[in-house]
Amino acid sequence: MRVAIIGVGCTEFGELWEKSFRSIFLEAGIEALRDCGIEGKEIGAIYVGNMSGGKFIDQEHIAALIADHAGLAEFGIPAVRVENADASGGSAFRQAYMSVASGMHDVVIAAGVEKVTDSVDPMGVLSTSVDQEWERFVGANLPALYAIMARLHMHEFGTTEEDLAKIAVKNHKNAVHNPKAQFRKEISVEDVLSSEVIADPLKVLDCAPLSDGAAALILAKEEIARKLCDTPIFVEACTQASDYLALQCRKDLVTMGSVLKASKEAYRIARTEPREIDVAEVHDSFTIAEIMAYEDLGFAKKGEGAKLIREGETEIGGRIPVNPSGGLKACGHAVGATGIRQIVELVLQLRGEAGKRQVDAEKALALNVGGTGATAVVTILSR
Amino acid sequence: MIGIVSYGTYIPKFRIRVEEIARIWGEDPEAIKNSLGVAEKSVPDLDEDTATMAVEAGREALQRAGIPPEKIGAIFVGSESHPYAVKPTATIVGEALGIGNYYYCADLEFACKAATAGMQLCYAMVKAGMIEYGMSIGSDTAQSRPGDALEYTAAAGASAILIGRDPIAEIEATVSYTSDTPDFWRRDLQPYPSHGGRFTGAPAYFRHVTSAAKKLMETCGYSEKDFDYAVFHQPNAKFPQRVARMLGFDEKKIADGMLVRAIGNTYSAASLLGLCGILDVAKPDQRILLVSFGSGAGSDAFAIRVTEKILSYPRSLRIWDKVKNCVYLDYALYLKHRRMIK
Amino acid sequence: MVPRFWRKIRYRYDVIGSYCENCGSHYYPKRELCPKCRRKGKLRDEKFPDEGQVISYTIVNGRIIAMIELKNGARTLAEICSDKVEIGMRVKKAFRRYGEDGETGIIYYGTKFVPIC
Repeated sequence: MRVAIIGVGCTEFGELWEKSFRSIFLEAGIEALRDCGIEGKEIGAIYVGNMSGGKFIDQEHIAALIADHAGLAEFGIPAVRVENADASGGSAFRQAYMSVASGMHDVVIAAGVEKVTDSVDPMGVLSTSVDQEWERFVGANLPALYAIMARLHMHEFGTTEEDLAKIAVKNHKNAVHNPKAQFRKEISVEDVLSSEVIADPLKVLDCAPLSDGAAALILAKEEIARKLCDTPIFVEACTQASDYLALQCRKDLVTMGSVLKASKEAYRIARTEPREIDVAEVHDSFTIAEIMAYEDLGFAKKGEGAKLIREGETEIGGRIPVNPSGGLKACGHAVGATGIRQIVELVLQLRGEAGKRQVDAEKALALNVGGTGATAVVTILSR
Repeated sequence: MIGIVSYGTYIPKFRIRVEEIARIWGEDPEAIKNSLGVAEKSVPDLDEDTATMAVEAGREALQRAGIPPEKIGAIFVGSESHPYAVKPTATIVGEALGIGNYYYCADLEFACKAATAGMQLCYAMVKAGMIEYGMSIGSDTAQSRPGDALEYTAAAGASAILIGRDPIAEIEATVSYTSDTPDFWRRDLQPYPSHGGRFTGAPAYFRHVTSAAKKLMETCGYSEKDFDYAVFHQPNAKFPQRVARMLGFDEKKIADGMLVRAIGNTYSAASLLGLCGILDVAKPDQRILLVSFGSGAGSDAFAIRVTEKILSYPRSLRIWDKVKNCVYLDYALYLKHRRMIK
Repeated sequence: MVPRFWRKIRYRYDVIGSYCENCGSHYYPKRELCPKCRRKGKLRDEKFPDEGQVISYTIVNGRIIAMIELKNGARTLAEICSDKVEIGMRVKKAFRRYGEDGETGIIYYGTKFVPIC
């Protein structure tokens, strides 16, 4: 059964001191419902991506909390939290998609929410996505592991720190036109290179900020979608793959096997080639991740990811615009909400509602990654 | 024949010079170097402690012995700076060496002579047929109050001695002289030791070392002529020189064991590291006098005769060469390494 | 963290991984199930080589963390005790402190690596 996205909602991403976990979910959800004009009680199920209510705000059982505050516990709606580190959003989307594609439900919400700033050490919490026994124990947090991948990518393929900086520069430039983004100011390559080193060679401005935020999507089966919506955006494929958790167990440090597998499968199901993708939102939790994504998604050959950024091919207006929203780097990374936010952006792009950051697009791809790549979710959408 | 089957050593690679410490306290480095005979001391790395050094020394001894780890039937670790006040260092070593679970074990404390006491225990257990091999390790990251005279010499190091039959050096005899003499002590929960100043000399170090040495020689019917080498506990270079003279030993006989000149006073490891310096060069049939000293107080004396087996023992990595590889710290880094600032 | 640390002590204090008697694969860190053979696999503990070389590294919080390939091809992530590092550097194991559970908790010992001079 074909499934379409008929409504989108998204809060501002950033340090939302005045807003609580409960309020940001509601804000995104209501925006999505208004977007497609349906009533909450028409929703068959809620799938929420959230990495760690427990560690960020001491709250587990958050799907129930959300159903409650959305007024849907009143109807006893089935609600579940999906967790795959920072691929929680994409994973929640896939669960939601499968529930409609299988005929189990007609209309569902796929959402993501994370309230990061209530905790004292957000990067410490995000680092629970790495192997605690064999990576965290020896002193490696998440930035350190991406730094190890970056160092090898630089050594094997000649990628430079300037190349990495250009990713951050591009994404900040794009975010200037994104009213929901956390950082809407341009930065320069020099700004990135002179920022403090977090894990050599990655600097502060190579790393996405950890942010509060929520996003929501309404999915419906085709028959209902076409009744409710002028431009339903169809899910051509939504695939997911896993890889060994610890970097030391992976076959190749400079390739994300999970991204390779999920994207190959997605292209096959969607009967699409990489070059047919018009716009993409990828998981730039660290600048090196975007360069590796270019390669592992097939936009560039292995080792030639840096070429794309050097030649401006992934700018808005380039051959394959990547992260027109500003990506995780400039939009902010609200962990479990990110995977949903990426799809919100692509829906806006495909509908022609992306304002000054509009790309002319018929086919779009979202890549949401968990931790250092032990989970990858690839979604291909079309108008 | 029972004695030393193998030995291992570990010295951290960091040093601090007397000049650098004297600079802080406004003292005269030349006068200090003259009076102590020490120019620099070893300092542990930020992630080293008595247990880590004991493991490294123990691993070297085990590897050079060429025996299966499970054959070690006892481990004793002597130290004044065990990482835990309650929970033995020796079990950490036992686990890291992979010796299994069937071994006698305890940590020992007798100031700088705890590890030679451990040697005596291992010797007795082998002799009694209770174990095939026993290991005694002396390891310390010695503490000293900043500004105290001991700061110039309190160093870090470890030495492991494996005792068993068919040795490379036979323990012919051992004698201990012990009394209740409070020359140097540290009360429970106090961070730094206290000492009796000059009281640590004649009534403590010299009385116990000479008494043990004389009793040993009397028991065995030996004089200083029967020994090719002598090694004494070395809190500085002057005490062992003086006691050697008192016992009639020529300066030449103690030279190969005077590791204190390169690394300072490694406390529980000190006399053993000196012994290892001698074992690195000794020839079959040569005899070594080893006399340790532990404050509180006591001395363990040993008559050790090198055997033919030492010729086939892998001695290529000598301790005097090992200590050459070093990195110098300034006082601030020294404090950080000693965990006095965090 | 006491029982979690204690269970892995022999695999931390020394470089001990898994060897599958069915397919001959080496795994580090130790595993309960061979990913290739799955239930047909027969894993046993094996002492891995003490030496290896640096594949990649980073410097974070003042420490060098490196991906080290041991002589038998298995890889381990560990701290390197040195003031400099480069890809290809040869290293050997060392027994060091990795950390402690505050001032009153237990001390975590483990295997780090030092350059082979």
